[in-house]
Amino acid sequence: MPRIPDERPLSPQPGIIDELRRRLPTASVLSTPAELAPYECDGLTAFRQRPMVVVLPETVEQVQTVLRLCHAARVPVVARGAGTGLSGGALPLEDGVLLSLARFNRILHIDPDNGTARVQPGVRNLAITEAAAAHGLYYAPDPSSQIACSIGGNVAENSGGVHCLKYGLTVHNILRLTLIGIDGELFEVGAEALDSPGLDLLALMTGSEGMLAVIVEITVKLLPRPERAQGLLAAFDSVERAGAAVARLIASGITPAGLEMMDNPAIRAAEAFVHAGYPEDAAAVLICELDGFNAEVSFEVMRVRELLLDAGATEVRTARDDAERLNFWKGRKAAFPAVGRLSPDYYCMDGTIPRRELATVLKRIEALSEHYGLRVANVFHAGDGNLHPLILYDANVPGELDKAEDFGGDILELCVQVGGTVTGEHGVGVEKLNQMCVQFDSDELTQMHAVKAAFDPHGLLNPGKAVPTLHRCAEFGAMHVHHGELKFPELPRF
Amino acid sequence: MTDISEHDAEQALIEQVLAAADAGTPLCIRGGGSKDFYGNPARASRTLDCATHRGVVAYEPSELAITVRAGTPLADVEALLQANGQQFPFEPPHFGPAATIGGMVAAGLSGPRRPYAASVRDAVLGVRLLNGRGQALGFGGRVMKNVAGYDLSRLMAGSLGVLGVLLEVSLKVSPAPVGRMTLVQEQSLSGALALMRRWARRSLPVTATAWSGGRLSVRICGSEDALAESHRLIGGLPLPDADRFWQDLREQRLDFFAGEAPLWRLSLPPATPLECLDAVCAGDDPGADQLVEWGGAQRWLRGDLPADGLRAAATAAGGHATLFRAGADQAAPAAIPVGGVFTPLQPVVLRLHRNLKQAFDPAGLFNPGRLYPEF
Ligand SMILES: Cc1cc2nc3c(=O)[nH]c(=O)nc-3n(C[C@H](O)[C@H](O)[C@H](O)COP(=O)(O)OP(=O)(O)OC[C@H]3O[C@@H](n4cnc5c(N)ncnc54)[C@H](O)[C@@H]3O)c2cc1C
Ligand SMILES: Cc1cc2nc3c(=O)[nH]c(=O)nc-3n(C[C@H](O)[C@H](O)[C@H](O)COP(=O)(O)OP(=O)(O)OC[C@H]3O[C@@H](n4cnc5c(N)ncnc54)[C@H](O)[C@@H]3O)c2cc1C
Repeated sequence: MPRIPDERPLSPQPGIIDELRRRLPTASVLSTPAELAPYECDGLTAFRQRPMVVVLPETVEQVQTVLRLCHAARVPVVARGAGTGLSGGALPLEDGVLLSLARFNRILHIDPDNGTARVQPGVRNLAITEAAAAHGLYYAPDPSSQIACSIGGNVAENSGGVHCLKYGLTVHNILRLTLIGIDGELFEVGAEALDSPGLDLLALMTGSEGMLAVIVEITVKLLPRPERAQGLLAAFDSVERAGAAVARLIASGITPAGLEMMDNPAIRAAEAFVHAGYPEDAAAVLICELDGFNAEVSFEVMRVRELLLDAGATEVRTARDDAERLNFWKGRKAAFPAVGRLSPDYYCMDGTIPRRELATVLKRIEALSEHYGLRVANVFHAGDGNLHPLILYDANVPGELDKAEDFGGDILELCVQVGGTVTGEHGVGVEKLNQMCVQFDSDELTQMHAVKAAFDPHGLLNPGKAVPTLHRCAEFGAMHVHHGELKFPELPRF
Repeated sequence: MTDISEHDAEQALIEQVLAAADAGTPLCIRGGGSKDFYGNPARASRTLDCATHRGVVAYEPSELAITVRAGTPLADVEALLQANGQQFPFEPPHFGPAATIGGMVAAGLSGPRRPYAASVRDAVLGVRLLNGRGQALGFGGRVMKNVAGYDLSRLMAGSLGVLGVLLEVSLKVSPAPVGRMTLVQEQSLSGALALMRRWARRSLPVTATAWSGGRLSVRICGSEDALAESHRLIGGLPLPDADRFWQDLREQRLDFFAGEAPLWRLSLPPATPLECLDAVCAGDDPGADQLVEWGGAQRWLRGDLPADGLRAAATAAGGHATLFRAGADQAAPAAIPVGGVFTPLQPVVLRLHRNLKQAFDPAGLFNPGRLYPEF
C-alpha cells in the first residue's frame, strides 16, 4: 500500500461535523462509514483514505459557510468534482472535510453570439458540448473521461484531450472563473472578454489542483463545429518510424486536430475489445484527424496522406465518411478499458517529452518493461508528445504494485532527463510528489509554497498535494543516492 | 553567443538585483524601452537593463517551440522564425525596433491574429526568472503540455515586470500560413459587428478582422482553394499590399492612431452592441472615433473620454477599459486617472495581487506602481 503522503500532524476536530449539520441541509452532510466509502479515492485507486466528513453544498453561500467554518477551526478541505482524477488530487484527508461540487450541475447560460457558456463546476465536460450543439457550437477540450469528469475538475487539472493539439488545453478555452477563497471570500478572475486587467490569475488558477481556491462558476469558450472532420489511420512496422512520422507531420506546417499513437499491445487490446478493424500486425498506428473549412481539409488530407506514406507508413486509410472516422477513434477511445481486460490492474502514466525523443523514449520504456517484468501498452497524444504508458500489474501479487510504481517513477524521470515534464495533463496530486523533486530545485519549490501561502496562509486547501515539502525531497533524494548515481546500470542507454 | 558570456550576463543581473535589495532601491526593469508609454509610471529611479541578456537558447522547428533569452530583439526572433516558415501565432506588436522578447511577454500584448489563434500568454510554455531574492528559477518547460506545479510561467505574461525579471522564455510557435488574402468592404460599424459575429459562427479560415472609417477588412489564410471558397462566402475586394495594412494596424501607424488625443483600449465580449457606449460617447456618428478589431472583442477609442464612464460601461458589458496612451501630456499626473491606467481591481483580487507580489518580490524592488499604484 503506498504511503499516504500528507506530512501534517493530524488535528482531528469531529466537532465540526455537528457545526456543518447545523448550517447545511441534512442531506448535504455525510458521515457514516457507508456514506463515506464512495469518496475514499479518485481514479488513482491505489491510494485510499476515508474523509472525516463529506459535504455536498448546493449554493455558493453554503460553500462559503463550509469554508469559513473550516478556516476558523483550521480544518483542511479537499474539493472534489467527479473523482476521475488520475493522480490522487481529490484523495481525502483523515481529519479533513471533503467538499463535493457534484450538486453544482447546472448550465447557467449559453451565449451563442459571444461563443460562451456560463456553467457550474459540477457540470460534466460532455454535457456542455451537448447543450451547445443546438447552436452549432461545442466545447473543444475533450478528455477521454469526458462523459464523467466535471468541468471544475478539468480547470483544476488543466485537462487536455485528443483535440488539444489544435484547440489547446483547458487554460486556452476558459475566460472567467468565480472562486471562493479559504476565508469564504468570493472573487472573480478573467472576464467575459478575451483578457482582464491585472495579473493573469486565470492562468494561475488553472491547473492549481484545488490548492488555491474553490471554483464555483466557469465561463468557457465555445467554438463553431468544424464543417468537416476527416480521419486518417496510418500503420507502421516500427515504433521509431511512427515517431519520426509524427515529428515530420508537425514540422510540415499542418496542425491536425488530433494526432494519436497506439503501439502493438494497445492495438491488439483495442481490436480484441471493440473490433475497429485496426491492422493487428502493425507495430504502431497513428490516428490523425483534420478538421475545419472543407476546402482546406481537402488540401491537407492529400498532403498528410503523401507525407505519411513517404515517412514509411505501410498503409494509410482515409475515412470515407463520418462512420468510418468514428470507427478509427473507437479503438483509441476504448483503449484504456481494453488494456484493462488484459490485466487485473494497470497504472496510467502521463509524461510529456519533446516530439523528437518519442522513438528513443519508447525504446527505453520497452527495456524498463523487461527489467521489471511488467508489460506496457502505449496509447498517447503523439502530436503533443504527451505519453500515457499503461503499466500492467496485479495488485494481488505481493510486491507488484511497488514494482509498477517504481517503473512509473523511472519513466517520469526519463521524461525529465530528455527535456520533458512529469505530468502533461493528469496533475501531480499525491502520485508525482517525488518526481516533482527531480523536476524542480528547492528554490523553485519554495517559490511555489510562497504562492500557495499568498492564497491560503494556513495551508488548509488540499494540503500535501501537488508541491512536495523540501523535507520530503531531501528524503527522496537521499533514497536515490542510496540506490547509487546510475539506476539500473545493466540497462542499455540510448 | 558562448556559455561564458551568457553566464556573465545572468550573473550581472543577479548581482544588480542583490545590490538593489541590499540598498532598498527599487528597479525599473527595461528591455528595449519600446513600451515605456504603456502602463503606469514605475516608482523607480534605477534601471535594470535586460537588453544585453540575449540569444536563442534552443530552436528546433519540428518542435514548434523556441527558447530565447529575454533581451533578444523581437525583430531578430521573428526573422529567424520566418526563415523557417514559422511565426508567433499572436502577431505581437513591436512598438519600435528595440522591442525585446522579455518586454513582449511582460507587456502581454497581442496583435490582429489573437482571437483566431492565441495570445502571448497562451503561447508561453515556460520561463526562467529572477525573483526579488535574486534567485534564478525555472517554471513550466519547453514541451506543449505541462501541469507540474503551479503555472507560474503564464502568470508572467502581462505582469509588466512586477513579479520578477524574465531571463529566458519558451514560446510555442506556429507554421506560417500557405497563402493569405485580405478582403475589404464598405460597412457601417453596426453592420461590421454583425458580419464579424456571423463569420465567427462558422469554421472559416479568418485570421484577422478590423473596422475603421466605414471599411471592414478581413484576412483569410489557407490553401488556394480555401481562399477562393472563403472569398466567395465573405465577399469584398482584395486589398493590395495587405501585410503592410495589418502591420500598420498592429503598430498603431494607421491614421486613426495619429495625433495627440488619448487612446483607450476596450476589451469586450465580441458581440457587445455598439450602443453600450452611448452614455459616454455622445455624438451622431458612433463610429467616428472608434477602430474595432478582433471580431469586436478589441475596440480602440480616441478622445478626452471620462475614465469612470468608460470603465463602468466596459465593466457592465463584461470587459474592461485601459488608457493605452495618455496623450500629449503623458508625464503630467493629471493625464492619468485615479487608480492608474488599468481598470481598478476588486478589493479581494487586489489583496491577492499584493500577496503574490509579496511572495515573489518581498522588498518591492521590481517596477513598483507600474501595474497598479498600490504595489
Ligand atoms: C478513463 C479516464 C480517462 C481520462 N482521460 C483523460 C484525458 O484524456 N485527459 C486528461 O487531461 N485527463 C484525463 N483523465 C483524468 C481526469 O478525468 C481529469 O483530470 C479530470 O479533469 C478530473 O475531473 P474530476 O471532475 O473527476 O475531478 P476530481 O478527480 O474530482 O478532482 C481533480 C482535482 O481537481 C480539484 N477540484 C475538483 N473540482 C474543483 C473545484 N470546483 N474547485 C477547485 N478544485 C477542484 C480536486 O481537489 C482535485 O485536486 C482521465 C481519467 C479517467 C478515469
Ligand atoms: C464532408 C466531407 C468532405 C470531403 N471532401 C473531400 C474532398 O474535398 N476531396 C476528397 O478527395 N475527399 C473528400 N472527402 C472524402 C474523403 O476524403 C474520402 O475518404 C476519400 O476521398 C476516399 O474517397 P472515396 O472515393 O472512397 O469516397 P466517395 O464515395 O467519393 O465519398 C465518400 C463521401 O464523402 C463525400 N464527399 C466527397 N467529396 C466531398 C466534398 N468535396 N465535399 C463534401 N463531401 C464530399 C461524399 O458525398 C460521400 O458521402 C470528403 C468527405 C467528407 C465526409
